[in-house]
Amino acid sequence: MTEQASPAIAVAGLRRDYGDRPALEGVGFELAVGESLVVLGPNGAGKTTLLRILATLLRPSGGEVAVLGCSLPSEAWKLRGRIGYLGHEPLLYRDLSGRENLRFQARLHGIERDAAEARIEELLRAVGMERRADERVAELSAGMRQRLSICRCVLHRPELLLLDEPDSNLDVEGRELARALIGPGAGTRVVVTHDPERHLPEADRVLRLGIREAAVVS
Amino acid sequence: MTPSRSAFAAILAKDLRSELRTLQSLPAMALFSVTTFVIFRFGLDRTSLSGSLAAGVLWATLLFAAVLGINRLFVAEREEGGFDAIRLAPIDRSILFGAKVVALVIYLLALELVAVPIFAIFFLDDAAGLLPLAAVLLLTDLGLAATGTLISSMAVNSRARDLLVPLVLLPLVVPLMIAATGATEPLLSLGGPAYDRFGTWLMVLGLYDLIFGLIGYAVFDFLLED
Repeated sequence: MTEQASPAIAVAGLRRDYGDRPALEGVGFELAVGESLVVLGPNGAGKTTLLRILATLLRPSGGEVAVLGCSLPSEAWKLRGRIGYLGHEPLLYRDLSGRENLRFQARLHGIERDAAEARIEELLRAVGMERRADERVAELSAGMRQRLSICRCVLHRPELLLLDEPDSNLDVEGRELARALIGPGAGTRVVVTHDPERHLPEADRVLRLGIREAAVVS
Repeated sequence: MTPSRSAFAAILAKDLRSELRTLQSLPAMALFSVTTFVIFRFGLDRTSLSGSLAAGVLWATLLFAAVLGINRLFVAEREEGGFDAIRLAPIDRSILFGAKVVALVIYLLALELVAVPIFAIFFLDDAAGLLPLAAVLLLTDLGLAATGTLISSMAVNSRARDLLVPLVLLPLVVPLMIAATGATEPLLSLGGPAYDRFGTWLMVLGLYDLIFGLIGYAVFDFLLED
């Protein structure tokens, strides 16, 4: 008998409240290593909250959450550096250039200088930003910031990608370039999207969150 | 370089680079202190100060100028997602506290490089006390930076940040200011610097720095939790 591999994410009865208002209630699903989960739902259904809980940026109010074998929130510290998070905010300093931001991130993640430089150049080429990487982020368009943010998200070769509206602000070319870094071949992914037509074909599992409705996994 | 040292250096370098590019804090702090000295000069109608009055004018001005920098210390982290980026990285979050304290000490020293000579030109007959004053400035800056970083990190998520920082910070730094003025007063006395209880006040300053440095190190991780 073969031993069953532990899931990349296991969530059961997850609840998160903001004061008296529940943002998530009774959410449960499992995601195997290498699979993609697409999360759908209307505004206010708690999609971003779910992603931030999985990223260890928010604490769950109740239920059980395990990510990459670490129970949250007690073992959140073990997960740091193993997750690539792409949120609504690019997490880039506006007064630094794109390249300086990526170097900063590389140092936070303990990547050696030479390896970091090579990885940064590789990623900037991959998203078509090598010529604009020395401009201050404040001077770049929203689409270019999103490209840089994708570089930041995958810079440290994370085991799990948590992507909140990854296509936002990207043009057609940008979407195609980003696909190589954060698309279906990029490993285990959770993708929050309002564009099911684009992302559902890539999904191994789908989680539909509703407002005051039970979450449905399919 | 260990990952912690590398992260510390990265955060510190990022802060200093941003300040050099944008000049958001230091010029305002320096301008505030110069303007305040001018107001004191004409308000007190004195061309020369010594002893406790000189110490009070110097430290009141430096303290309120420092509040301007403390208010802005974590604004980039709050508004540009730096807190999230640091919380996602495999580093001890107290590294952020340490780097911010050092950045603030550097800002305060830069401020004092401008403000103290202007204070001396405006008010002092004898500049002999300025050399030993450097030790008082450094120790007070350390305490102010440790307390200021702690309070700034708590207040930055509030819309009333500009109000909260002085309201919470000023009572906490009362002991620091008592020790700073106590150490400065004999240095700026008439007839040249004296050293009555100078060592005692320096020890009080050092103790304050140690206590608030340890408190900041111990609680900063919890302050970054949601």
